[in-house]
Amino acid sequence: MFAARKDKMLRELPLYIMLIPAVVLVFIYSYGAMAGVVIAFQKFIPAKGMFGDQQWVGWKNFQTLFSMPNIWPVIRNTVVIAFFKLIGGVIVPVTFALLLNEIRNLFTKRIFQTMVYLPHFLSWVILSGILINLLSPSEGLVNIFMTKLGIEPIFFLGNANAFPATMIVTDIWKNFGFGSVIYLAALTSIDPSLYEAAVIDGANRWRQTWHITLPGISAFVVLMTVLGLANILNGGFDQIYNMYSPVVYSTGDILDTFVFRLGIEQAQYSLSTAAGLFKSGVSLVFIVVSYYLADKFTGYRVF
Amino acid sequence: MRSMDSLPRKIFLVCNTVFLLVAALVCIAPFINLLAVSFSDKVAVAAGEVTFFPVGFTLVSYEFITNTSKFFVSLMISIKRTLIGVPFNLLLIILTAYPLSKSRRDFSARSIFSWFFVVTILFNAGLIPTYMVVRNTGLIDSIWALILPGAVPVFSMLVVMNFMRSLPKELLEAAYIDGAGHVQTLLRVVLPVSAPTIATVTLFAFVDHWNSWFDGMIYMNRIENYPLQTYLQTVVVNPEEFIRNNTDLSGNLSKYLSMVSARTTGAAQMFLAMVPILLVYPYLQKYFTTGLVMGSVKE
Repeated sequence: MFAARKDKMLRELPLYIMLIPAVVLVFIYSYGAMAGVVIAFQKFIPAKGMFGDQQWVGWKNFQTLFSMPNIWPVIRNTVVIAFFKLIGGVIVPVTFALLLNEIRNLFTKRIFQTMVYLPHFLSWVILSGILINLLSPSEGLVNIFMTKLGIEPIFFLGNANAFPATMIVTDIWKNFGFGSVIYLAALTSIDPSLYEAAVIDGANRWRQTWHITLPGISAFVVLMTVLGLANILNGGFDQIYNMYSPVVYSTGDILDTFVFRLGIEQAQYSLSTAAGLFKSGVSLVFIVVSYYLADKFTGYRVF
Repeated sequence: MRSMDSLPRKIFLVCNTVFLLVAALVCIAPFINLLAVSFSDKVAVAAGEVTFFPVGFTLVSYEFITNTSKFFVSLMISIKRTLIGVPFNLLLIILTAYPLSKSRRDFSARSIFSWFFVVTILFNAGLIPTYMVVRNTGLIDSIWALILPGAVPVFSMLVVMNFMRSLPKELLEAAYIDGAGHVQTLLRVVLPVSAPTIATVTLFAFVDHWNSWFDGMIYMNRIENYPLQTYLQTVVVNPEEFIRNNTDLSGNLSKYLSMVSARTTGAAQMFLAMVPILLVYPYLQKYFTTGLVMGSVKE
């Protein structure tokens, strides 16, 4: 018995050794940082060191945070922007995949795919640089084009009413192509004999789409929607930080940009950590629930 | 088959193709405009005359950039972080995914270690604590600040792990019977068949490293340590500053000043930063379709 156990340990030893580097790095940079959330409960003074002799203040930072006048608008903005990104980020790729699936010429299909995937692989820094120019009220091509059509120019990035919609639309623009990959894969995996049988039964294209194609991808639609719930507090820092300005804070400021300004620009470490911890705590609940639902509805498991 | 299509079907197919073409053009038109602006005269750009073709074709924006050091200094930092960071990511992904792909019978501690990594995607420590750890480990202004904190991309690791788990048992048993240890099984059997998935996560690791800008902004105090995207971010947010900062550097720059604008030089720099992505992703397209789907969705 003991010898067998030793033998097993010996056989597993290389597996443990393989894991060492990743475990050490994750322990330091992820778990170390997780331990650092105690800053939210301290009156943190950086000079004393991260785990130094700091003064504990209990929930005081959270009380200060939630008595700030702009915290609720920030939470609302975050949820509104993330919610519409989630909905549009499912509907548009599904529609695109369904339409692209009708194209029978493989070469044309591949060219279209390559074109729509492009924005997904570029950083928001570059995309923001491009969009700021394109959407400018005076020199931007979008407004010049709209003026020619007789539409009043819109200050997409400088008008608090237009800003959230601009963020939602440009985010969908960036990601819908790549988002369609999973649906296209699901569509090609539908058994062709189902369509043949449907044709024999006299089903037209619409009925085929309704009774075969949509059920064939519905599991993936549910899965992507449910997994998207995990991001309900992620408004998209990279995108918004690079395109917003104080004039649109009322509708465009999100939790991540708020945490950033509080922590890095104003050096309010404890308050910023508290806001970040609030976000992570609520997100944790959403992530766990979304994974649970994904497993329940579609049998998806992360591991 | 085509001849059997009904008239409404034909009309649909034509409309559909036109619609998809428009959607595809909307996705690339901004980049064609960017390219045209970078090759255009600044007056034409300011007047909004440049759409998809350069107006008053000139290379002056690119000449201006090649004569400024900052762009190339940050480009070198980005190349360096990518060349070190991507192999680092891959090595750690493979070394982690292989043990975790074993069944509990073959690796008794599998669950504990899996959870150890999964917890990091469930709970995010947030900005300040992460920053403090990087600072405490002495990485501020070091290239390793851009590599070590994200050295284990857990999502990619799970994709590879799920792929390895889906491999036929017979394959691994055959290797075991032939007397191969874990290291040999990994190198000779598992890695070669995992190539499409590895290619996918390599693409993602590359894109991640090339596109990251936030880490450079918070972990680098000195601008000469900025990676390309961080440096570009300063150009994007404050375009005039790039021109102003480079006016008094050297004599030969001043002659360009009347010829370039923040718009044209910005466009040229953004386009150059896009080139590596443009070169890589179309070729890996076939891999990420298969690799991603096979890895992420288990039957």
